[in-house]
Amino acid sequence: MSTPFYVSPQQAMADRAEYARKGIARGRSLVVLQYTDGIVFVGENPSRALHKFSEIYDRIGFAAAGKYNEYENLRIGGVRYADLRGYTYDRDDVTARGLANVYAQTLGTIFSSAGEKPYEVELVVAEVGAEPEGDQIYRLPHDGSIVDEHGSVAVGGNAEQISSFLDQRHRDGMSLAEALKLAVQALSRDTNGSEREIPAERLEVAVLDRTRPQQRKFKRIVGRQLSRLLQADNAAVAKTDEPSDEVPEE
Amino acid sequence: MEANPRSTGRLPAAFLTPGSSSFLDFLSAHSPELLPSHRKLPEGVLDAPHGTTIVAVTFDGGVVLAGDRRATMGNMIAQRDMEKVFPADEYSAVAIAGTAGLAVEMVKLFQLELEHFEKVEGATLSLEGKANRLSTMIRGNLGMAMQGLAVVPLFAGWDEGKGKGRIFSYDVTGGRSEEQGYAATGSGSIFARGSMKKLYSPDLTEHQATTLVVQALYDAADDDSATGGPDMARRIFPLVTVITEEGFRRLTEAESSELARSVTERRLTQPDGPRAALL
Repeated sequence: MSTPFYVSPQQAMADRAEYARKGIARGRSLVVLQYTDGIVFVGENPSRALHKFSEIYDRIGFAAAGKYNEYENLRIGGVRYADLRGYTYDRDDVTARGLANVYAQTLGTIFSSAGEKPYEVELVVAEVGAEPEGDQIYRLPHDGSIVDEHGSVAVGGNAEQISSFLDQRHRDGMSLAEALKLAVQALSRDTNGSEREIPAERLEVAVLDRTRPQQRKFKRIVGRQLSRLLQADNAAVAKTDEPSDEVPEE
Repeated sequence: MEANPRSTGRLPAAFLTPGSSSFLDFLSAHSPELLPSHRKLPEGVLDAPHGTTIVAVTFDGGVVLAGDRRATMGNMIAQRDMEKVFPADEYSAVAIAGTAGLAVEMVKLFQLELEHFEKVEGATLSLEGKANRLSTMIRGNLGMAMQGLAVVPLFAGWDEGKGKGRIFSYDVTGGRSEEQGYAATGSGSIFARGSMKKLYSPDLTEHQATTLVVQALYDAADDDSATGGPDMARRIFPLVTVITEEGFRRLTEAESSELARSVTERRLTQPDGPRAALL
């Protein structure tokens, strides 16, 4: 039997991380922002049927960038986890924190087990609270770490650049239209800083709206409602937000 | 997950295995002990609280599903304010008569089954599909029904394809039949059905339909000791729900108390209720 080449653990992990990051970078980025009545998910997605965002449970939403079959698998696992937990205990006992923890454990175990290929996914788990202070957003990179985010978060290939753009401009108490506009602006910037147009029909938008009377707060925003929001926004922005567009970007 | 001592914190393989969109299928594969139909029952007859009368009526633009509030155990009133009508999802509702504990559990599972499918598939089941799913669940309960723990629901919803409200009734073996116009199940159902037969017409408005179900429940309570009438003193009124194109809505306490009050007041002068024409 031949002796395998020695690879240091540091090197092995770095290789795996690079593999996962490259896979994630192939997909398009997406953003998740807090607005005054909840949390909005915005991404560029040419498909009408294969979603990047979805409902996990009453107040919990899911967003993912990367390899579709892998995050779809995790999404369904999460729905099963949430439904089973809610059935066993109570609907209130299903929390984003709990869900983020099992996702982190799952991703972490896969990432560090030598027999398995690391998942090329980056997830966001968000829960809308009764008040904006109660909102929770967790970002889960491919290696199973958890980052507790506030305000805005971007995942995917171009995430760092988009995040810094959002960090500068996102503020508390934005309306849905304002947050949506900011998200689209952030997503339309290419790596080299130039802007391109993302037509409304290529956008996938969903919200966790705390003002919804139903127990389930997740809602997709499509069609006329979406174009109305995007337009309402342009009109308002022309008057008020123009100067902030001048802020130079790092 | 925490309930499983072998859990490592990672999602178990069963969770990540592609499979059916049914929560019931998942549960029977992963934790069958949580399913009522997998439970072993001891010999003998068990006395548990029973829910009694539920009624449903279609009207122009939707369907009304309502129930009285009484649960009985033999000749004792076990509960005066029981809820027997539940939303199944946004466009349908289910109401139950029979063994209360099992029925409520079945409703919870049914709600989850519809919601789970919707989340996994990204699309809702057809009304027909929902009705069939409920049928399967009742069939799974047949063993317990044989020992006296029967659950007999009524299922009603807005059919988006057909653009109308529809009612489905069931027997203990899971046999499903669509009802035209109105339906009732439970111990007081014979009286409620008689009442509705005389009052129903296909062109009812929503308000007339909600009044009709309260009249029917009043008549059921009048002749069936297991069915509770409006309890003015304790302010416990029938639970009335309406499903239209707009979705599921439960009448507020103010609305249902107003309905109950107007019906009860008329009965003070006319105890047998509204009269139908002889010809």
